[in-house]
Amino acid sequence: MSGRVLVGVKRVIDYAVKIRVKPDNTGVVTDGVKHSMNPFCEIAVEEAVKLKEKKLIKEVVAVSCGPQQAQETIRTALAMGADRGIHVEVAGKDYETLGPLQVSKILAALAKKEDAQLIILGKQAIDDDCNQTGQMTAALLDWPQGTFASEVSLEGDKVKVVREIDGGLETIKINTPAVVTADLRLNTPRYATLPNIMKAKKKKIANVKPADLGVDLTSRLEVLRVDEPPQRQAGMKVETVDDLVGKLKETGRI
Amino acid sequence: MAVVGPLARVARLGSSICRNHRLILNRSSQRRGIASCIDPAHGLTDEQKEFQKVAFDFAANEMAPHMAEWDQKEIFPVETMRKAAQLGFGGIYVQPDVGGSGLSRLDTSVIFEALSTGCVSTTAYISIHNMCAWMIDTFGNNEQREKFCPDLCSMEKFASYCLTEPGSGSDAASLLTSAQRKGDHYILNGSKAFISGGGDTDVYVVMCRTGSKGPKGISCVVVEKGTPGLSFGKKEQKVGWNSQPTRAVIFEDCAVPVTNRLGEEGQGFSIAMKGLNGGRINIASCSLGAAHACVQLARDHLLVRKQFGETLSNNQFLQFKLAEMATKLVASRLLVREAATALQENRSDAVSLCSMAKLFATDECFNICNQALQMHGGYGYLKDYAVQQFVRDIRVHQILEGTNEVMRMIISRNLLTES
Repeated sequence: MSGRVLVGVKRVIDYAVKIRVKPDNTGVVTDGVKHSMNPFCEIAVEEAVKLKEKKLIKEVVAVSCGPQQAQETIRTALAMGADRGIHVEVAGKDYETLGPLQVSKILAALAKKEDAQLIILGKQAIDDDCNQTGQMTAALLDWPQGTFASEVSLEGDKVKVVREIDGGLETIKINTPAVVTADLRLNTPRYATLPNIMKAKKKKIANVKPADLGVDLTSRLEVLRVDEPPQRQAGMKVETVDDLVGKLKETGRI
Repeated sequence: MAVVGPLARVARLGSSICRNHRLILNRSSQRRGIASCIDPAHGLTDEQKEFQKVAFDFAANEMAPHMAEWDQKEIFPVETMRKAAQLGFGGIYVQPDVGGSGLSRLDTSVIFEALSTGCVSTTAYISIHNMCAWMIDTFGNNEQREKFCPDLCSMEKFASYCLTEPGSGSDAASLLTSAQRKGDHYILNGSKAFISGGGDTDVYVVMCRTGSKGPKGISCVVVEKGTPGLSFGKKEQKVGWNSQPTRAVIFEDCAVPVTNRLGEEGQGFSIAMKGLNGGRINIASCSLGAAHACVQLARDHLLVRKQFGETLSNNQFLQFKLAEMATKLVASRLLVREAATALQENRSDAVSLCSMAKLFATDECFNICNQALQMHGGYGYLKDYAVQQFVRDIRVHQILEGTNEVMRMIISRNLLTES
């Protein structure tokens, strides 16, 4: 086994920012807005670096798809302990329509090219909340998947994953190579240390184009309109329970 | 301009929370610099932005949630500071061969500014600690550096800086603490006042008189806690800076090995002044962080608070006041960063620029925080709101590390001296 782990990291609008919809309702305002690494991707990087520190894997490769600024996100991953980065350049219109399907195709191609043993991704991105990339990547590669992981352990050529599901916790054992997606409680991402940030400067980030990987970026989706959630309406008081039931039926709630 | 309501934001956070869901309730406004005219990331290199990001994250997650408690209960947050040291914040501009991070003065300013948004008092102490570590690193011989610096950089041990005395504050060169040479020891007698960390710290960098009157008679020695003859006064009760204890440090026939002297006899005052240049930038940087946090708090309050049928943000006076606050903040920041660069490059204007930066930034930032408190109305006066703690904490920045009056002395001397 190559001992190489691919970690996908996505540059998203910072979780603390107040999101504003563009006046033309085609999307949200991203210009000049603070961006950072998707929190679940941070957890994914942390898990990969932990595996390397335990000497269970040999190399952590951080991958990001996007315009020039995606390199900042890769640098953060390098500062956390990833060994090298791959920046897949996607810009302009292609970037606007970049979604899980395209990213999974890219990751699948890279996984084969890099002979990855494991792909660790965040379970979802906080901008689109798709929760699809991990699953699609596994399907394209015909690899097993352990999603919503709250615990990951490598046992020989298998991975034991404890998954957080609606009913509780499910433990599965899957063969490698595999795709794992990180959930909130998998770990607490480390802060990059000042020395590691400086060391990260020397680590390499390779530039790759989707065409080089033979990936077609055409989107199958078209965003029609983006709106804010409706403003909260005032409630109303009723006198009796019968009134309440009547009103609920009236407004079609029951 | 429609702004997504607070409920939607909470829902968004609820489905995807970062750093183990630290939803800071009414601290939620102490966020990282949101892109706008006051974003402290402007003009920084990518690497500096990374340093800043770590510092902001640390401030938001490890400091801001405890800032009020540390102030009210007067807790010296040793564990949190050690966590900061693990990230490299214990000796930011100390050389790497003794455990420091080897960064520049500008990097340091950026880091302290960001940390300050989490807790001014703790960050200010960390900056004093850093100054002490740097002094030993720069003026100590290799034995001294290897003995003291690694533990200080990791914050295994904490440091205090002892210059001020009950009888000599601004007139530092008139200090009286005597150090009489007896064999291979100095016997120290005297007392220091207002020492940050005093009593709880392990390593004391002390300016004392080995020679005759005036600056040339002053030397710098390192005194370790536990040395017989070293004792402390009562813990002072202060208006702010409550997460660091302040005590008098008393020397009664305290014997300090001559090998603990930094540099030569008579070099102490020069060491002190060089240390203060950096210290002034650091304190000014702490003021910047507080002002930045307060401008954001004020801004958020104006967008929420309604009077006379509309939000305060529609009031032109308040809009203009906010604009003035933002302008003074950015002006202060530029001056501080320029001073940091000048100091790093050893420019001829470094000393006066550091003084100007300290004077301007501490004054303006205090006014900004004070104004932010005013904008909060009655709520600004309640300890439930962070703005009052920023005001109380940075008030002292106009006094220590050289009063702003002394800063004026330095600047006017530079202007009026015939050369």
